[in-house]
Amino acid sequence: MSPVGDDTALLPHDEAYDERAFGFWLYLMSDAIIFALLFATYQIMAGDIAGGPQGSDLFSLPHTFGETLLLLTSSLTFGLASLALDAGNRRRVLAWLGVTFVLGLGFLAMEIHEFHGMITRGAGPDRSGFLSAFFTLVSTHGLHVSAGLVFILVMTVQVVVKGLSRPVSSRLERLGLFWHFLDIVWIGIFSVVYLPGILR
Amino acid sequence: MKRAKAAGGRTLGSYLTGYVLALVLTAVPFGIAATGALSMQSALIAIGASAIVQVLVHLRYFLHLGLRSTPQERLLAIAFTAVLILIMIGGSLWIMLNLYYRMWA
Amino acid sequence: MDMRILGRLTAADALPFYSWVAVGGAVVTVLGLLTIVGAITFLRKWRYVWTEWMTSLDHKRIGIMYVMLALVMLVRGFVDAIMMRAQQAVALNSTGYLPPEHFDQIFSSHGTIMIFFMAMPFLTGLINIIVPQQIGARDVAFPFMNSVSLWLTAAGAGLVLISLVVGRFSTAGWTGYPPYSGAEYNPGVGVDYWIWAIQVSGIGTTLSGINFIVTILKRRAPGMKLMRMPLFCWTTLATSILMIFAFPALTVTTALLALDRIFDMHFFTNAGGGNLMNYINLFWIWGHPEVYILILPAFGIYSSVVSTFAAKRLFGYKSLVYATMAIALLSFTVWLHHFFTMGAGAGVNAFFGIATMVIAVPTGVKVFDWLMTLFRGRITFHPSMLWALGFIVTFVIGGMTGVLLALPPADYLMHNSTFLVAHFHNMLIPGALFGYLAGYMFWFPKAFGFTLDERWGKGAFWCWIIGFYLAFMPLYVLGFMGMARRMERYEISAWQPFLLIAALGAVVILAGITCLVIQLVVSIRKRNEKRDLTGDPWDGRTLEWLTSSPPAPYNFAVLPQVRDIDALHDMKRHGSVYVRPKQYEDILLPINTGAGVLIGGLAFVFGFSAVWHIWWVAAAALLAILATAAARSFRDKTEFCLTGSKVQEIENRHFRDLAREGVL
Repeated sequence: MSPVGDDTALLPHDEAYDERAFGFWLYLMSDAIIFALLFATYQIMAGDIAGGPQGSDLFSLPHTFGETLLLLTSSLTFGLASLALDAGNRRRVLAWLGVTFVLGLGFLAMEIHEFHGMITRGAGPDRSGFLSAFFTLVSTHGLHVSAGLVFILVMTVQVVVKGLSRPVSSRLERLGLFWHFLDIVWIGIFSVVYLPGILR
Repeated sequence: MKRAKAAGGRTLGSYLTGYVLALVLTAVPFGIAATGALSMQSALIAIGASAIVQVLVHLRYFLHLGLRSTPQERLLAIAFTAVLILIMIGGSLWIMLNLYYRMWA
Repeated sequence: MDMRILGRLTAADALPFYSWVAVGGAVVTVLGLLTIVGAITFLRKWRYVWTEWMTSLDHKRIGIMYVMLALVMLVRGFVDAIMMRAQQAVALNSTGYLPPEHFDQIFSSHGTIMIFFMAMPFLTGLINIIVPQQIGARDVAFPFMNSVSLWLTAAGAGLVLISLVVGRFSTAGWTGYPPYSGAEYNPGVGVDYWIWAIQVSGIGTTLSGINFIVTILKRRAPGMKLMRMPLFCWTTLATSILMIFAFPALTVTTALLALDRIFDMHFFTNAGGGNLMNYINLFWIWGHPEVYILILPAFGIYSSVVSTFAAKRLFGYKSLVYATMAIALLSFTVWLHHFFTMGAGAGVNAFFGIATMVIAVPTGVKVFDWLMTLFRGRITFHPSMLWALGFIVTFVIGGMTGVLLALPPADYLMHNSTFLVAHFHNMLIPGALFGYLAGYMFWFPKAFGFTLDERWGKGAFWCWIIGFYLAFMPLYVLGFMGMARRMERYEISAWQPFLLIAALGAVVILAGITCLVIQLVVSIRKRNEKRDLTGDPWDGRTLEWLTSSPPAPYNFAVLPQVRDIDALHDMKRHGSVYVRPKQYEDILLPINTGAGVLIGGLAFVFGFSAVWHIWWVAAAALLAILATAAARSFRDKTEFCLTGSKVQEIENRHFRDLAREGVL
């Protein structure tokens, strides 16, 4: 009873792209719950410093501001890539994807630099409940950004190899949702973690 | 291949508007934290308010969410998510801070 | 972090020589696996198993594989159960036959298996087979992701099974509360097996949830408005919503526990500013919706079964829909009732106590709807109907003990006693398992083209329900007498008679499981006389009975036009059923792929190496999963075309059968 058809493979039908966009949207909602619970956990544990350093000893306002600018600007550049996609301009899509990638990489480098500094000063994730929650929340976002960077690389190759075909552009749309979503999470991180941490 | 309409009316203008608004809404809370001009409580409220507004700006200008233009099921999904996030974060904080108050304070 | 090549995997730690019972279990597990592999090899069926089943993206076959996994794990989970009952029956003033460490592993694996690897795959399987057909669709929205979900679930189950042979399973109960489950008190691999098994399968569940939601919202046949969907589709929608919004909480909880264990973090430790109460809080944010994830699909199945075998339209369809959706939302507002005794203030406990009682209201509405459907119906006592009737009676008892437990002061007395054990088994056995078994007997002919033997099915029902009452009513009494759950031995002789009755109940349930096995064997042997050529053996009312049995890969050659809640019943009344078009159209179907099996296999390798701290393998497996997914994304052509003439050939066969049965 196996399906016996001819082998002419076909592209998916139109509604399929709509379904994928909606499915990806649902994934983002599910991911948002993960972040929400990490935020809740951070807020619960923010005072559990176990005699160790607290936020104001560790966080640097200019550093976080720099990270924020990089990520925010990368959201804009991704938007410009989306506009280039609308215009069907492959070279511009690639160029803006490239800029977005560099900005994302810069953000990640700053984050790693910050983490490295904290760990060498003895304020690693095993120091206190507060630091466990801090590192977990912020690096979960960082891991998402890394995944986004891999996603950008894969899509860059696809744009080069396949051009702006229907499946490729639908994947670019989903990548865009993902990238903008990460920026929204970051707003939460600087507003809940860094700024109150510095004020405290 | 012009598909601007299908993509929810995104234009250079909307991205730039979003970017500028987001910059302002980032600069304000960072400025408050840097200068320490406000009292602790009003500073936290201002930071929280800017964050909420900035999230809305991102949803509107980067994700192009609109009450009419976005498919209904997506709006429902995000509304339901927002309710659940409120329940989960609010509930967790209520439960754990109440416990903290009773056991350690 | 451990940097040795094989992590902490050493022969001395790995093999189960700490208890002869564990050695026996390991031997049985290995022999079982060897028998299956040997049988497939001996029959030279590997190619068939691989191309037709393992790599299949057909939602019906994926569903069947889910149910097969569930049935195997049901047996394994039941073996744990009967071993616990046997131990407690004899362990008065004695150590019984199980060492404490092994007894603890058994109650931990029993709960873990029954919830994650029996109930979850069972309901996911039934949904997979039936829901696309009930909404008149040709497939789920994401067939490939469906396969990935299946193999991730199987990988999780594999991790639990292999823990019996290599290493040990957790002793921290299915809830894995810290600090006991932390590295300080539990440095071994047991808790890690538990963590990674549910992490891996939990991702599969989240993906399934996304898949079902999109399928239901986007793939309904023309005319199938939301308020015309069969109730099983509604409960599936609610369950899927719960899956994607509740499982993240489990992912977070177990991930944080893993971080504590691996990186010495302080989320839930006693020292270092940890807060173990937050584990309990996070765990039950998932845990309570999970109860409804398990129960709601069964409610949908009962609705189908009751309406079909009472030959009546479902009473109060709208109220059932609203009740379902109300439960879905309310289930996120009651989680604290699992830990009233934690020490929260009166205001907090009162709020969650009241919310818990509120959630009983929509459930009560449902019970009355089913009763009213039965009222003045022409009832056929098919085994599926028996499961439904047994459910209604038994579930109400469990619900009432639940309302009792919802009172915080009463909960303070009953918390962690066998009363609680009796209560949640009283919800989940009739509320979930009976429903799945009803669905299994109801839809089996749809999946395989022949009906299951009804006599053995009724035998199974009576053994299960009698066994259930014998096994769990004594536990209510024991709870009042002060017996705590999970006791490996005890000194109070007044308890023993009740524990003996409970053990007898487990034996009767064993007879029920034996009946299920015999039923399957007998039915397969008599499959030719039990053949159902119409595709509609029970005078069905909804669209899944419109397809042939087993359905063609595309389910519907022509998408049905829906005008009523009981779509098929409506077509039958108007004589518009089995109408053939002048010409069949081409149909796109997904191309089979082994990528899902590969991802599942890699996830298993990842989980196993994470358990044993073989970090270089874990990292490699993770990278390989990413690479597989990325490579797969390069394939744009994932469907092939079944031409109209081929469709016509398949349909001709079906219509010949229909004519032979005199349906046309």
